[in-house]
Order: sequence, then structure tokens, then C-alpha cells
Amino acid sequence: MDQSPEQLIVFEDVSKFYGEILGVNRVNLSITPGITSLVGPNGSGKTTLMNLMTGLLRPTRGRISVLGISPNQPEVLFHKLGYCSQFDSFPRGLTGFQFIYSYLRVHGYMRSEAEQLSMKALDRVGLVEAAGRKVAAYSKGMRQRVRLAQSIAHGPVVLILDEPLNGLDPMARAETIRLFRQLAAEGLHLIMSSHILHEVDMMSDRVVLLNNGYVVAEGEVQGVRDEMDEHPMQILIRCDRPSALASRVFDQDSVVEARIHADRGGLFVKTPDADGFYLLLNRIVVEGELNVESVAPVDDDLNAVYQYLIGSGGGNS
Amino acid sequence: MSSAIDSKSLGGTWKEQPWSLWGRQILAILRLEVRKNFIGKRAILIYLLALGPVFMMAAFAIQMKIQSRFGLAEINEIFANIYEGFILRTVIFFGCAWIFMNLFRGEVVDKSLHYYFLAPVRREVLVVGKYVSGVMTAGILFLCTTALSLFFLYLSFGYPQNVNYLDGPGFGQVFTYLSITLLACVGYGAFFLVIGLLFRNPIIPALVAYGWEWLNFLLPPVLKKISVIHYLHSLAPVPVSEGPFAMLAEPTPAWISVPGLLLVTALAVVLASLQIRRMQISYSGE
Repeated sequence: MDQSPEQLIVFEDVSKFYGEILGVNRVNLSITPGITSLVGPNGSGKTTLMNLMTGLLRPTRGRISVLGISPNQPEVLFHKLGYCSQFDSFPRGLTGFQFIYSYLRVHGYMRSEAEQLSMKALDRVGLVEAAGRKVAAYSKGMRQRVRLAQSIAHGPVVLILDEPLNGLDPMARAETIRLFRQLAAEGLHLIMSSHILHEVDMMSDRVVLLNNGYVVAEGEVQGVRDEMDEHPMQILIRCDRPSALASRVFDQDSVVEARIHADRGGLFVKTPDADGFYLLLNRIVVEGELNVESVAPVDDDLNAVYQYLIGSGGGNS
Repeated sequence: MSSAIDSKSLGGTWKEQPWSLWGRQILAILRLEVRKNFIGKRAILIYLLALGPVFMMAAFAIQMKIQSRFGLAEINEIFANIYEGFILRTVIFFGCAWIFMNLFRGEVVDKSLHYYFLAPVRREVLVVGKYVSGVMTAGILFLCTTALSLFFLYLSFGYPQNVNYLDGPGFGQVFTYLSITLLACVGYGAFFLVIGLLFRNPIIPALVAYGWEWLNFLLPPVLKKISVIHYLHSLAPVPVSEGPFAMLAEPTPAWISVPGLLLVTALAVVLASLQIRRMQISYSGE
């Protein structure tokens, strides 16, 4: 990677123990701009990593830098970083507007600028109409959105979001995902955790898979999948003569399993060499032996990667 | 990013520090904290504490008005005893314990401290902002308690005696009592700020400190000086007898006790700042 530390979030051999209990262990990561998702079952270390990045926790060992700044320098770091944590709690008695405004004043903004930024942030999350209502009277989804607004109000370059889609209805989810994409397109680092694998898959440029405090894989989903040699790729070929296709591919070294689909309209193939198999399929089609309707890998998404690497005990797909 | 925000706060000389930014941040923290201190369920207890002596004095004044059996000197002595024994050692002590220990501990319980920790504010600035908010809250409440208690007590004397009293030593005494109250808020406040940060359950150390302050009269002169009450007692305008079992010690002169108390307070705030710089937030562990 040829990016300078000022453009990256870097973990160098970071471990965090809560007494005897492991939070994360020997984490080495370099996170580039774009959307990065932390994925893993409960207790895998996602929130610990986020809290370490933001200085809410100190590493037991190792070093962290966010765009070249240590989390031990909050007075510098939080001009550039916003964190929407999972804590669904607020200072008492404040309205949505007051909540964002008050902490912008703590940043040091002047009154008029803080007012302007507060309204802009509320507008971005669609809460302008509820700005004058007490946060305590908000629904869970509104509280989630007002926390998101508070974390983006000062225009951070790095945005860390712990389960940001929790509690949002489908409309708000779609709006929020659109906002995340917009922010990522503006060049922000977006680091988020989520249990909803298909949404993570849809949004993320890259993923970090965590299990029991260890990083088990990181990178683009496709890249991670390609490196999993012990799990041959599953491909579904929809065609008019699946039995004929099965007989042609069975004797190939690159195919370890072939199974006809239950509706007899396709063939599942397991191959450790997907590229080799696609070449073979091309030849078969060119020879005119069968009509192919579609070819699609069925286990190269995040859900499959998650199931292979972590197992079914974790996230909901 | 606003041009008003100067993040170059590290290193540099005294003059190069971003004092105006810190000033704005402290004011912003004050606005949030004073509001929280005065409004909400936690405030009920300190209102009750602060009103206790006022009601007591009002009842006492009514009784005195009926009986008219005390002279001014006796009233001064009665007030001095009530002030030191009840207002200072109990009301202000526990009021400050509640206000200052909750400055950080209360936010940990409410799970809202992270909003401060996620702002570009030096932790020392946060400590100063919160501490000043505590002093303001405790100061306003307990200065009112002291002033109203004095008012009700002397009110029972009627018009000419009160004017004579205020024209004589009265005004100075009122001023001294109010100053002692403020100093008590400053001193106890700093103590409880540190206790609230050092201990997960600060009730026990607070009770130990309460015992120490109450039993101060029994301690040898050297140990007496390791307390807040000794210095406040030294400033009292009307001397209070500490009973036959008291270990006698020379009162510390005001020119030592006031700056001394302020110096110890400053050291306590520095200690709190060091502690808060090391603080991590893991609400589940609280």
C-alpha cells in the first residue's frame, strides 16, 4: 500500500485485555478511505476496535494512529473524527437541536456557526421538523439519527459508526445508506459495524472479519473469498441440459462436486479454480451442446465468507 | 472547519496556548453542566438539603418571636453553632459530595460522558469546566442557604435591632459567613471531584471523610490541619466552643488558611485532570 500514514487508520500489533478477558489480540490493520465494515458475532471485538480508534479505550499493547494522529490527543483528533457510538443515551433535558448545538459549542464553535452546522446536520438525517422536541421523546430510530447527526455535524474526515442502522425503519435505512455512500464519495473514511450482512455487502468497499478478538480476514469481499482455497467456489449454471453439463464437467480436475438443482433446471458446481471452470464452460457453450441461461457464483458474497470463516453462530443475513 | 477553531494546542509557550478557545469551551461546558446540576431528578436532593437549614431557622425565628428570650449575643452564638455544626459540616459537605461526585460519576451512570470525550477538548479543560460548574451550583445554592438562614434568624429581632446589628459587626459577620460558605464549596468540591474519579463507589470514602471532619476536634493539632473544616473553623467570625474533649489548637490565620485552601484545591483539580487523562470509558464495567 503506497498511502502515507496521514491518509490511513493504522493498528500496529494492537491488543486490548479487560483484566483477564480478551478484547482484541494482535490486530494489524491499515484502513484506507471509503467504507470499511467490521463484521463478526457479538463479542468478537468490533466495538472494542472502534473504542480504541477513538481513544475511549487505551490499548494494552500496540499503537494506533488515525490519519497520523494518536487517539491520546483528543483535542486534535476530534476535529477530524466523528463517532456515532452504540450507547443509546443522551444528556438529560435537551432537544435534538440543543444536543447537537451544545456539543458544537464544546468544540469551540461560535454561536451562529454552531446553529448553522446543527441545522445542516439535522437536515442531512431528516430531523429538522423534530429539532425542537426533547430527545427523550424521540423514537429509537430518531435517537439513532440524532446521534448520527451529532457525529457528522462538525464535518469529520473519519466517521466511525457502531451499528448505525439499528432501530431504523426500511425507509430510514435506505436514506441512511444513501447518506453513507454520499459521505464516502466525498472522500471520507467510513468505518462501521453491522450485523446485517447483505447491507454491509451492498455498502462496503472492504470488510474486516473478526472472531473472538482476532482479525480472521480483511480486504474486499471478493478478494477474501478468492483466498479461501479450502472452500471451493460454488457456481450455479442455469441451462436446458444440466445432466449433459454434469457429465462433461465431472471428469475435470477443476471440479470437485456437481449437483443438479432441485428444479432440474440448473447445475451446482464446486470448483477450487473458478477461472478454469469458466473457460471450460465457454468451450462447452461454443460447441453448442447446451443453452445457458445464467451463470452465477452462489457463495462469493459476504454471507458465505462469514459462514465459512466464522460459522453460523454470528450475524443475521 | 471554522477559523475560530485552533487545534494547535500542544506544546508552545504560555502565551501561545489557545486561551480563547479554552475559554469558549469552558463556557460551553458550564452551560451544559449548570443546567444539568439544577434541573433533573438528581437536583431534588440538593434542593432539599439546601432548604433544610432555611426551614429550621424560619421555625426557630417564629419560636423566638413568641418567646423573645434571647439577646443578640446569644443569637450570634446559636447561629455560629448551627452554621458550623449543621450547615457547614452536614449540609454543605453532603451537598458538595452529591454535586461534585456526580460531575463525572453521574455521567458514567447516565452513559453520556463519551460525548465530552469525543469532542476536541483537552481533558484538563473538561475538568476545569465541570469543576467550575459545580462551584457555581453549590455556591449559588448554599450561599442562598446561608443568607436566608441569617435573614430568618435576625428577622425575629425586628427593625431597629437589625439595623443596629448590620451597622455594627453584623455586616462583616454576614460577609464572613458567606465567604466561608463559598470557600467550603471550593474546598469540599475539589475533594469530592477527586474522590468521584478515583473510586468506583465513592460513598464509602465520603463517609470516612465525613467522620474525619466531624471528629476533627478530637485530633491532635498536626492532624487537624489535614482537613477542610479546620481552616473554615479558623475563619469563623464568632468562635464556637468544641466541647470539653476537644484538643485545642491555634486557629490558622486567614492569610494562611485562605490561600492554603485555594492551593490545595488547585492541586486537587490537577490530580483530577491527570486521572481524567487516563480514564477509559467502558460503561458495561461500571
